[in-house]
Amino acid sequence: MRRDIPLIITFVCGLTMIVQFFIPHWPFGEMKSYFQQSYMIIAAFAMILGICNLTKLHLKKIRDKRSQWGYSIVLLFGLAAMTIPGLFIGGIKEDTIFDFLFRNAHVPMQATMFSLLAFFVASASYRAFRARTLDAALLLIAGFVVILGRAPIGDSITWFLPEGYRMSEFANWIMAVPNTAGQRAIMMGSGLGIVATSLRVILGIERSYLGGE
Amino acid sequence: MNHGIVDKLKSIDRRIIFLFVAVAVVVPLLYPLGLPLKASPPSRSLYREIESLQSGSVVLMAFDYDPATDVELGPMSLAIIRHCFRKGHNVIGMALWPQGAGLARTAFAQAAEGYDVEYGVDYVNLGFKAGSIVVIDSLGKSIHESFPKDVDGRPVEDMPLMRNVRTYADIDFVMSMSAGDPGLPFWIMIAQGRYGKKVGGGCTAVSAPMLYPYYPNQLVGLLGGMKGAAEYELLINTKGAATKGMDAQSIAHALIVFFVIVGNIFYFVSKRREKRGDVRV
Amino acid sequence: MNLELLGTWLAALLTLCIFSFLYKDNPFYKFAEHLFVGVSAGYWLCYNFWNMVKPNLWDNLVSGNWRYLLPLVLGIFMLARLVPKVGWLSRCAIAFMIGSGAGIMIITYLQTNFLEQIKNTLVSLNPAGQPWYGVLNNSLLFAGVVSGLVYFFFSKAHTGVTGGIARVGVVFLMVCFGASFGYTVMARISLLIGRMYFLLHDWIGVV
Repeated sequence: MRRDIPLIITFVCGLTMIVQFFIPHWPFGEMKSYFQQSYMIIAAFAMILGICNLTKLHLKKIRDKRSQWGYSIVLLFGLAAMTIPGLFIGGIKEDTIFDFLFRNAHVPMQATMFSLLAFFVASASYRAFRARTLDAALLLIAGFVVILGRAPIGDSITWFLPEGYRMSEFANWIMAVPNTAGQRAIMMGSGLGIVATSLRVILGIERSYLGGE
Repeated sequence: MNHGIVDKLKSIDRRIIFLFVAVAVVVPLLYPLGLPLKASPPSRSLYREIESLQSGSVVLMAFDYDPATDVELGPMSLAIIRHCFRKGHNVIGMALWPQGAGLARTAFAQAAEGYDVEYGVDYVNLGFKAGSIVVIDSLGKSIHESFPKDVDGRPVEDMPLMRNVRTYADIDFVMSMSAGDPGLPFWIMIAQGRYGKKVGGGCTAVSAPMLYPYYPNQLVGLLGGMKGAAEYELLINTKGAATKGMDAQSIAHALIVFFVIVGNIFYFVSKRREKRGDVRV
Repeated sequence: MNLELLGTWLAALLTLCIFSFLYKDNPFYKFAEHLFVGVSAGYWLCYNFWNMVKPNLWDNLVSGNWRYLLPLVLGIFMLARLVPKVGWLSRCAIAFMIGSGAGIMIITYLQTNFLEQIKNTLVSLNPAGQPWYGVLNNSLLFAGVVSGLVYFFFSKAHTGVTGGIARVGVVFLMVCFGASFGYTVMARISLLIGRMYFLLHDWIGVV
């Protein structure tokens, strides 16, 4: 029962969403619209679930005084600092406490986290990117052309070549022809894979999303 | 080649490499080189498309990104909105990523400076909706049902711009600024594939190569990364944040290429040494 | 107090805390990392409430639109996952989302990522009406897609003619991955430029 009802729900929802592509009239059009509005609301609850789970995890860490539990207090402080003003003091509008913390805490921290990757890419370039085989050498050469061609320096170092034959044109050509060809082959293969997996899910063959008993 | 130096340089502390990268980025920001920029075909294509829209056209703009990619997509969004305002187009902003709604607010506020535009009349920020591809598809039935209120809770029905914009049929162009999933591919699948709307895209440099197969038949134009943003700024004759970063981008790219070449030289030298059976004294 | 100045200093200090990781892992970085996670979670919670739950669910229920009871019930079922005894109820909500999503994916991926891509690959190889490099590019595009697809076809051993075509496919794929590598480097460097520009322009003011 606990697994059968969800499987039936999956089948009915999946079939409805497929049929409405071909029969947009009543009742499938109305069902599709209703399912869409419901989906959006449930997706919001799914995000709220994630946040509640995070809170539960860190509260447990503090209660059990596990390793580095002090940082869990910092995390919950950050959560409260955004949530209390955001829900009760001014909301999410412009020029509120929430907006101030978004612009001056959330945005710079997230941007900086990801900017660390630039340093690691440079370190990896020096230590790990090796032209061990012909294929790897081809990959690196294509990479060089694109790295230099997609920055203004590419045309500057090939200034002696005629207009239309400088580094940026080679980079544009690599993107438009071999890259498009390769990516298209990958896209078509993965597209078929997604169709197959979706069909397996709707027909109840793939049940991993239900989790354990 | 002296074996001691080769071994030392091969296993150099990575913090020294980090220092080189920091210098390569900071110095050109302090002392710009002014290297010339050129727009690529996908950027020019997008510019021509927006330029050719009739004045007063409705452009739906999806801010599907977060602060991590704001440095690439923020300048792009700003340039596109400014172009739209300059041409007299109306812009409807929305987001499939929660942070996109906040970043859209910033982009509209910055773009509105210098133009005689009014919120609710010339542009609107509908805010964030959870649901990915389902949200995009729901706009085909009713935008007002999916977005009954704007980002600040004001009823959308009361906004002059939104009174005559109900579904995709009332939208002239869709622009997706996308940092990943959900994003541009879903807009192509639904807005272009199902409803036949023209779709333009801005994306991070990481996802740009994967989106080229859609160009030009399914995607009218594509801006990739900070370079794409700088190209669009060039096309609309403004010198924004993306253009200012191009010199630093150039020097850093040259440094990366240098690191790869030097790393490979050391690798091949070591390999040859091992083959000869050399022993370091 | 100048709020903008306070905000800039807060942003700069948090930025430097995270950059300190480049030297080595330290308490300042850990503090900023955990604060970031908490602040992000708070942001997501508030936007989900004000932009989703309130306008799309609460306002509809309050105005008497009872068909929104089902998504409310399924939403509560989703939250039931927090309580192990009734966690199985969340399967109904997950099944609804997975089923609906799968149904949309089948048609859209088949149309956009498969059939349309076949159409886009069938380009003209007729030299009449296009320059020589147009014919060359179109031929390479066609050859690249076909050979790439042959490479990914694992039901036949890659020997003989099939192996030869697959080898050509590998060449195209290597160039494709090289382009991806180049763009990835570009993306990462861009992110760093953004932060450095903020520190030099907004905080210190030397740029």
